[in-house]
Amino acid sequence: MSNAPVDQGRRRFLTIATSVVGGVGAVGAAVPFIASWNPSERAKQAGAAVTADISKLEEGQLIRVEWRGKPVWLVKRSQVSLDQLPQLNSMLRDPESADEQQPAYAQNIYRSKKPEIFVAVGICTHLGCSPTYIPTDFDAHVEGVHSGFFCPCHGSTYDLAGRVFSGVPAPKNLQIPPYMFIDDNTLVIGEDEGTV
Amino acid sequence: MFKNLMNWIEYRLPFMEKMNLHVMQYPAPKNFNFWYFFGSLAMLVLVNQILTGVWLTMNYEPSAEGAFASVEYIMRDVDYGWLLRYMHSTGASAFFVVVYLHMLRGMMYGSYQKPRELLWIFGMLIFLVLMAEAFMGYLLPWGQMSFWGAQVIISIFGVIPGIGDDLTLWIRGDYVISGATLNRFFALHVIALPLVLVILVFLHIMALHEVGSNNPDGIDVKRDNDGSVEQTEADKKFTFHEYFTKGGKKIIVDAIPFHPYYTVKDLVGVAGFLLIFAWIIFFMPEGGGFFLEPPNFEAANPMKTPEHIAPVWYFTPFYAILRAVPDQLFGAIFMFLAIIALALLPWIDRGSVRSVRYRSGLHKANLILFCISFIALMVLGVLPATPTYTILARIFSFTYFAYFILLWIYSKNETTKPLPVRLS
Repeated sequence: MSNAPVDQGRRRFLTIATSVVGGVGAVGAAVPFIASWNPSERAKQAGAAVTADISKLEEGQLIRVEWRGKPVWLVKRSQVSLDQLPQLNSMLRDPESADEQQPAYAQNIYRSKKPEIFVAVGICTHLGCSPTYIPTDFDAHVEGVHSGFFCPCHGSTYDLAGRVFSGVPAPKNLQIPPYMFIDDNTLVIGEDEGTV
Repeated sequence: MFKNLMNWIEYRLPFMEKMNLHVMQYPAPKNFNFWYFFGSLAMLVLVNQILTGVWLTMNYEPSAEGAFASVEYIMRDVDYGWLLRYMHSTGASAFFVVVYLHMLRGMMYGSYQKPRELLWIFGMLIFLVLMAEAFMGYLLPWGQMSFWGAQVIISIFGVIPGIGDDLTLWIRGDYVISGATLNRFFALHVIALPLVLVILVFLHIMALHEVGSNNPDGIDVKRDNDGSVEQTEADKKFTFHEYFTKGGKKIIVDAIPFHPYYTVKDLVGVAGFLLIFAWIIFFMPEGGGFFLEPPNFEAANPMKTPEHIAPVWYFTPFYAILRAVPDQLFGAIFMFLAIIALALLPWIDRGSVRSVRYRSGLHKANLILFCISFIALMVLGVLPATPTYTILARIFSFTYFAYFILLWIYSKNETTKPLPVRLS
């Protein structure tokens, strides 16, 4: 045992230095535990963006692609039906798409990037059924409207921009996923310029 | 021979010494009423949950593909599997019944007041862990309500500005609630949280035994040994551990040893509790759709939302507050505030008279209104959010928080009755 007096300053320095180094170590050791909760590579792959070729999509036609287990619709709308969209405003629950059911770039009258190409998640916002696309004869469901989407489960109706009509069970417009055009005929769903 | 063995152990691990300190020679106030059953009942239910839980894991399969089927397998094919599962699921509801009553007891008799603040905080932490435990456990059967209930609760975290979306993604471990979520909830439900819970219960009891049990009169049984009170003949009959008298600085009045007096009394509570508990398990194991909700008898289906999603009854008071606030973010904030306000009771209540017996009429009325608000919110949280119910939920959310605000205001200069010298 040394009889030298205790150097308190030195002891305090060593205590603090040990605590700081130990603390950094503890934070480092926490990283794998916290990071392992992130989606795994397999989950990321299953949730990755999908690419769709729309070169063969004809006017009035709807094609479906699967993204994160949900059907995503791609519809090429005619100029006639696009022109009709503003006239429907009074019959809709949320004509201006105020509810955040779409990325900012789809918050317009067409709810799309390019007016003619409509992209939406084909799941009814009521109870999750998938509505039916009715390209003609939609008059039977909503008078004076040529085409739209009709949910067979509880009769919710949406116009060609996925906007929900008033007086149906569905509370919100159809969800628009993030998407971007790589070129005129190739569409990526699940990713947009903002997320890349 | 046996005595030698006991001494040999005692020298190395003072077991009897600790038993005396915490059980046989622990001074408990003599006037505990039935409200004091619920602490020991909560421990009984904890044991029930751990025991039946361990047995359930022996046949449960934590995967999105197998979970629902394995619960059906337990219910139909495993000998007494139905009983183990109903004991566990009914036990979850029973846990909240006894814990809510235990908390109300604390509020009635001011058991959170100085010097029992830390004891109360440990209790609130137990309550929080218990809620997390119940929420994660409810996902495990992988039924429709498991799935969609979890969907709703996890998306509450999504309202946090900036990090909300990433946080929910991190909690789920996937873009939707999936097998990844189920597996981590299983791990937390069966290992991590029960460990934390048991440690917190230990700390709760240690903190209790340090400051001593409160009682319906809210006055202490450990008094300064300065001649202000005298021990009666009855007081002198009992031996209490010397730790509690602080070397003669304190005397103990109107107390009885925890064992055998309260162990026997608690047994009566246990018998009464088990009577009701067994009746529910055998005659209404689904608790009328409140303990196990009907949509949960259908396997989780991410493509189909049930008509009406309501959390299990013990979450509904807080869920009603969440829904009552028109803004999502503030709804979540108020929901958490509702729990934090309870945790802060020792500092919100500025009075020094503990028991409601000797407090003002205003305090009695305030506490009754609080109970009514809590029960009303519980009922409203189960019901769909129609405009009328939303208005009611807002009114009762207001009166819920008003309890704390009013208490803070009047408790400073409250007109109270004189406290008795001895326990009645």
